[in-house]
Amino acid sequence: MSTADPYGAQAHARAMAGTRVQAMPTLPAPEGFVWEETVAAGGYATKRLNRGARLKLTDLEGDACVSLLVFNAEAPTERLNVADTTKVQWNAYLGAGRFLLSDMGRVLFSILEDEAGTHDCFCGASNEASNARKYGDGVNHGAHPNARDRFLIAAGKHGLTRKDVHPCVNLFKGVRVEADGGLAFQGGPFPAGRSLTMRAEMDVLVVLANCPHVLDPRPAYTVTPVRVTAWRGEPAALVDPIRNATPEGLRAFLNVEDYYAR
Amino acid sequence: MSPAPGLSGPVIHDEVVPARAPWTHALARGETLRIVDLEGNQAVDFLMYAAHDDAERYSAQDTVAAQGNLFLRTGAVLLSNEGRPMMTVTDTNVAYHDTIGGACSCESNTLRYGHHTKSQHACVENFLQGNARYLRNKRDMVSNINWFMNVPVEADGALGIVDGISAPGLYVDLRAEMDLVVVVSNCPQVNNPCNGFNPTPVRMIITAPGVG
Repeated sequence: MSTADPYGAQAHARAMAGTRVQAMPTLPAPEGFVWEETVAAGGYATKRLNRGARLKLTDLEGDACVSLLVFNAEAPTERLNVADTTKVQWNAYLGAGRFLLSDMGRVLFSILEDEAGTHDCFCGASNEASNARKYGDGVNHGAHPNARDRFLIAAGKHGLTRKDVHPCVNLFKGVRVEADGGLAFQGGPFPAGRSLTMRAEMDVLVVLANCPHVLDPRPAYTVTPVRVTAWRGEPAALVDPIRNATPEGLRAFLNVEDYYAR
Repeated sequence: MSPAPGLSGPVIHDEVVPARAPWTHALARGETLRIVDLEGNQAVDFLMYAAHDDAERYSAQDTVAAQGNLFLRTGAVLLSNEGRPMMTVTDTNVAYHDTIGGACSCESNTLRYGHHTKSQHACVENFLQGNARYLRNKRDMVSNINWFMNVPVEADGALGIVDGISAPGLYVDLRAEMDLVVVVSNCPQVNNPCNGFNPTPVRMIITAPGVG
């Protein structure tokens, strides 16, 4: 097919229509859904979700590692605070029934279902230097993209910059804390198909990067695609069990309800 | 000026930070900051920024991941969000320090203790005030270090700020590995044991590089 003139180039471009690859968004999302996308190994994705939306992440092949940033969509200076998330819940580990807190004392996401149980609030994102040490290079335009630079690109598409990229949580790859403070990496192997379902309690911007965990000891850059699915729903009701499980959590939900009382 | 005990370089700054107060100071590469816990078990909330590019700042997560351990002890290298060494813990006579507990804020205090604490002074207030003179704001708040604070993690994941393991006169020495600005909140929290329920002053001593 000649691309020597605009007519040929147009025909060449249009002939690609309908191509399917594993890592791509599906548009329109299936009936009832607002987001359907498979994120590549080493890739990233970002989306604004309304309050009440459900966000389901599925580790399709058992080797995903999803690093997550969350912002208040209408005022992104409010964002995930990992230290408050663990401190306020008096626990180091994420799982069903727990929640992600913002730095303004409000719940960004509740965790409704968790088939994995292996997550990490402490180790953060890989960066170009850490990937270069392990894999030889860590640049985003190379074979070993790093999570921090993925965050920077995704955040940049919302007009956000380096100062907005905050400490993250890592999902599907976990750590456990040992008696002396040491960290034991939980890297699997895990079965394919483990999922995590969360409920947005505020209007949020989510940023996901799917890159190898910074503690992953394997010499090869190893990560597999993650499926992202979201659908509309209602935020926590007054009788919601997560909302009412602990006095700290209840006050965090009261702060969210107060924020939206306008 | 005479050297501080255990530090070889001359003292170039020596100041007592009052209880509950913010404190900021620039350090040049090679200088050492000694923080002295004058009365014992006083949490010192601590952030730092690269002097010439303040979007590069302390990263608790990079630091923890690189050393494979939550606690900061002698020898710990404090990394930036770009993976570069900002400071090294060259000496401390406290067994370990915290970098997962974060800073107290008016907002998180409402969750942890109740809305009656909303108007109490907090570390994030100090960080915002200290950073304001550098035109920094809320976007510059990240997970910090808490010198002299004790946050154990139990086998079941239980985590919390508990009674301290510091004592009057204990200290931590931090050598700057790049030109940077340190922003401190001398923690005003009175609702948990991080300050022994009684905020107290701390002393900041800066020494020039030693002669070897």
